[in-house]
Amino acid sequence: MRAKTMLRSYGGELFKLRKRPAVWVVLGVWLVLMLVFTYVFPYLGYRSAKTPALGRGLLGELLPANIPGQGLTGYPVWGGALIVVLGALALGSEYGWGTMKTMLTNRPGRLTVFTAQVAALFTVLAALVIVAFACNGLASFLITNSAHANLAAPSLGALVRSMLAGWLILCMWCLFGVTLAVLLRGTAMSIGLGLVWVLAVENLIRATASLVPALGTFQKGLPGVNAGSLVAALGGKGAASSGTGIAPIVGGTQALLVVIFYFGLFGMVGALIVRRRDVQ
Amino acid sequence: MTTSADLNAATGGPREVVVQTHNLTKRYGSILVVSGVSLSVQRGEVYGFLGPNGAGKTTTLRMLLGLVRPTAGSAVVLGYTAGSPAGLARIGSMVETPALYPYLSGRDNLLVLAKQAGIPRPRVAAVLDTVGLAERSGDRFAGYSLGMKQRLGVAAALLKDPDLLILDEPTNGLDPLGLADMRALIRRLGDAGKAVLLSSHQLGEVQAICDRVGVIFRGRLVKEGTVRELRGATRLVIRATPLPRAEACLAELMGRSRVSVHEDEVHVDAGADAAARVSRELVNAGIDLWELRHDERSLEEVFLALSADDQQHAREDHAA
Repeated sequence: MRAKTMLRSYGGELFKLRKRPAVWVVLGVWLVLMLVFTYVFPYLGYRSAKTPALGRGLLGELLPANIPGQGLTGYPVWGGALIVVLGALALGSEYGWGTMKTMLTNRPGRLTVFTAQVAALFTVLAALVIVAFACNGLASFLITNSAHANLAAPSLGALVRSMLAGWLILCMWCLFGVTLAVLLRGTAMSIGLGLVWVLAVENLIRATASLVPALGTFQKGLPGVNAGSLVAALGGKGAASSGTGIAPIVGGTQALLVVIFYFGLFGMVGALIVRRRDVQ
Repeated sequence: MTTSADLNAATGGPREVVVQTHNLTKRYGSILVVSGVSLSVQRGEVYGFLGPNGAGKTTTLRMLLGLVRPTAGSAVVLGYTAGSPAGLARIGSMVETPALYPYLSGRDNLLVLAKQAGIPRPRVAAVLDTVGLAERSGDRFAGYSLGMKQRLGVAAALLKDPDLLILDEPTNGLDPLGLADMRALIRRLGDAGKAVLLSSHQLGEVQAICDRVGVIFRGRLVKEGTVRELRGATRLVIRATPLPRAEACLAELMGRSRVSVHEDEVHVDAGADAAARVSRELVNAGIDLWELRHDERSLEEVFLALSADDQQHAREDHAA
């Protein structure tokens, strides 16, 4: 009975997300940016490389064999930031429009409503990751063909690991946005604070970590830093100055555990607030 | 304030009590929003919840729906603690404004709610038809007029074919035709055995469609009873000359205690059935009868009187 209730609720939430233009806009922008920053700009860099060695290096990243690492380049920082927006939009609007009370009085159980909303978002993110990797594959194939380079495909295991890690990172950032929206009962403030955290605060801490030893230790516990380290462990490459946030600051296992920890923390805080707080 | 026995006496027999609150209280910090409200709503009854803005009506309704947790007291709705899933499954509600998704059409909004509540699709078309929105159901909710939004909100509340409807200002923004339709619909629901708890500022509307009324001021339920009980005894208003002779004649006919003079009118505490006898006696006594009408206090007069009392109490409390 409970599973049935949850499935019905989940179906309703998916329907809402599917019909909402703002969701398609965020996902569309995310995909375009991902392709532009992950394949188009590096390809243009390869075409205009000043030295053959630099060109070969850039092309090497774009080959199909490197999709598991290259495909995740945008996930820790800007990709995550857009997904924070998605999470904050999805839940924050429910408070802005007053539909949270409609949902809570329509459906049995506050936690059922919240869990269904989050599960629907995770489903959308899973679809996004699959579509993104398909686009990565197509872009990589076209580039490789045009450059007459090696078409060797990545191993299926590496590809699946990479997709699961990417999905986990996006889910973590999505829950961050969801929790901010539930906490602040709205969209604008939660998006603003979420973006400031992901794009400014974490980057500033990273940038000053080498100057202040305490910050160096502190940054190892940050969600963005650990997401970047997880991508680095899977073969993603980036430089501190590139703004991708990809750097092996902590080991892959720790990064994975910390990302899972934040995933659980954000989810639990959000659920607790929804369950306990009065809805006006 | 009202016991089941009182209710049975007032409504002509025992009926299931679907809402029962006991000393329901809500406090936000130092502000007491709802204070010890005890009310009952029976199956098949349209219950009007009256009060000025900020009196605590909506907060009370939210507590009945489990959206707001009471600071003290309890509420049992359809036999379950307020807000419990089993109870909510049998309640339809619209609190304050209709809160639906602006980017979805009217039909899609109802489909979302139907999916979540496990209601078959055909029910969506049925409730759209009931509220007269079938033709515009494909339009986006954001493009609806206030009245259409209100209708869709009521349709959403009806979707579950609930045993209890909780409606907060259901006729806001409706045109005269819509108003009449909505009143008829609410009355029909009550007559069909549903319980309807509605809050409204439209006192005429409450008087026309409600069986019982609760009046709330500053968070306290100050009066509860049937509309007839609240409006009090009826009277005959008579304008006749000479007035002293008319008064004396009526005092002899009806009894001194039931007759009083107010400016150029004589008031007699009696129902409409006494009108023929009164007019005959006055004419037979050679008194010129200019006007004879049956008069009842309107609910609005009762409400304003209660409001004046409450303000007086507030001043006394403040002074104390």
